[in-house]
Amino acid sequence: MNIPNDLLYTNEHEWIRVNGEQAYLGITDFAQHHLGDIVFVELPEPDTEISVGESIAVVESVKAVSSVYSPVTGMVTENNEELENSPELLNEDPYANHIAVISISNPDELNSLMSPEAYAAFCAQQEQEEEI
Amino acid sequence: MKYTPNSPAVVKEMLDEAGFSSLDELFTDIPDTIKLKRELNLGPGRSEMEVGRELKTLAARNLNTDDYPCFLGAGAYDHYIPAALDQMLLRSEFYTAYTPYQAEISQGILQSIFEYQSMICLLTGMDVANASMYDGASALAEACALACANAKGEKVLLPDTVHPEYLQVLKTYAISGRMEIVTVPSRQGVCDQEQMLALIDQDTAAVVIQQPNFFGNLEQAPSLAEAVHQNKGYLIMAVDPISLAILKPPAEWGADLVVGEGQALGNSLSFGGPYLGFFAATKKFLRKIPGRIVGQTTDLEGKRAFVLTLQAREQHIRREKASSNICSNQALNALAATIYLTLAGKAGLQAIATRCHQLAVYAAGELEKAGLKLKYEEPFFREFAVLLDDPAGANRRLLKNGIIGGYELKDAMLLAFTEKRSKAEIDRLIAVLGGKA
Repeated sequence: MNIPNDLLYTNEHEWIRVNGEQAYLGITDFAQHHLGDIVFVELPEPDTEISVGESIAVVESVKAVSSVYSPVTGMVTENNEELENSPELLNEDPYANHIAVISISNPDELNSLMSPEAYAAFCAQQEQEEEI
Repeated sequence: MKYTPNSPAVVKEMLDEAGFSSLDELFTDIPDTIKLKRELNLGPGRSEMEVGRELKTLAARNLNTDDYPCFLGAGAYDHYIPAALDQMLLRSEFYTAYTPYQAEISQGILQSIFEYQSMICLLTGMDVANASMYDGASALAEACALACANAKGEKVLLPDTVHPEYLQVLKTYAISGRMEIVTVPSRQGVCDQEQMLALIDQDTAAVVIQQPNFFGNLEQAPSLAEAVHQNKGYLIMAVDPISLAILKPPAEWGADLVVGEGQALGNSLSFGGPYLGFFAATKKFLRKIPGRIVGQTTDLEGKRAFVLTLQAREQHIRREKASSNICSNQALNALAATIYLTLAGKAGLQAIATRCHQLAVYAAGELEKAGLKLKYEEPFFREFAVLLDDPAGANRRLLKNGIIGGYELKDAMLLAFTEKRSKAEIDRLIAVLGGKA
């Protein structure tokens, strides 16, 4: 399971890359692996205000449809339009292909996200629960 | 179809098996206060011949549009239905009660729905249309629910020129839905654009415009689309499909969702139904629109084939997030519309629409010559309101003269003119209304 060191993570298996006031948002390797082949991504519209915990995108795979939740409050500044025609990019490299960019309005919210180590432990625990 | 009730012996056997001594015991859960405590008053049995005769006698008391010229519109219109249409509808491949469950096995039905959708897109100028909904009113309510589910706000603004029955259905949806309905008083029988613009804000999910509106008038509110879009809401238009042959398509208005009553396209009046609602949208809503969509693809051998596709997944696997629970369509009625549009063709539909408008214009002129006044001074398509002191009395006089009159407003009557009306029929109508017959 690939969990890059320079990102923050949520327990809904989203990653976030903070770059100043901008946050790049995507889904993790764990998420894409469990979803299977992704066939459609519903992207948020730019200039949409979004609150922490709100559904920001929908990822549809051959197995399931899942909401992607925003880990921060802010404004969607861009979406990754490439995913419209090539949703499989999320399978191929989930960390090189973000879903949206959010301008963060409350940086304190980042404190409640998981570090790579904490997320690795969280995934391990989930895998274990699955095996049981 | 025969109805064969259970014989007393069978009823007793079933009760014994279920452990009840009587039917009353079986129904103890139903409160006594609402039970009918007597036998149904059905009378003695009669033969098929006797019953048939009685029903025919009763039916003969109906006034029908074959024998009486009809000027009643208000949402359902007495257009001509070509004989070929009924004949094709009766084909047993289509004349089944319901859409097949193994949809892809019925390529013919899927193709007919695909063609219906394509024609609705051509008429409205929109990117995508579904396979139809129950009627114009439910299609509008579904469009509002969809807009509310996809916008930040939940306010739906509409002028009171929208069909009152559509408004009622909308209000019913709003009881349980995430939707707040705000009706805005009209001015001179059309939408008051200034007042609407003042009310559009960030809580506005949708603005609804009906074209032509309930009073037959043509709405001219060109600034609404831009204003509602600036607030991230949607413009919904409820349109008359025949009028689209000669009016600007809703797509050019900037509409996001376009719905309407499809009855006028080859479906008989039938005392109010079954009809069909059409539903079209911009590409953005492709995966969100309720009901079903038929798509075209190629099969393993590379041949043209049709599939049920792109249905709103929320209706099946994320139901808690769905904006609609309608997964069906009005296939036979939509087929009638498809055959109608195919038979008429583009030029034919334009000719029908133009004829309706010309007759309405002729009638308006003749009414004014007869000393009557139109209620509004707005342009209209095939229907308008004429001022009358006693519309109900006027309708009674018309009926006595063998004419089905119009829709009664408080101080006026809505009169509709289809291509079926002749000059002579209109002259007779005006003679009666003008007190000269």
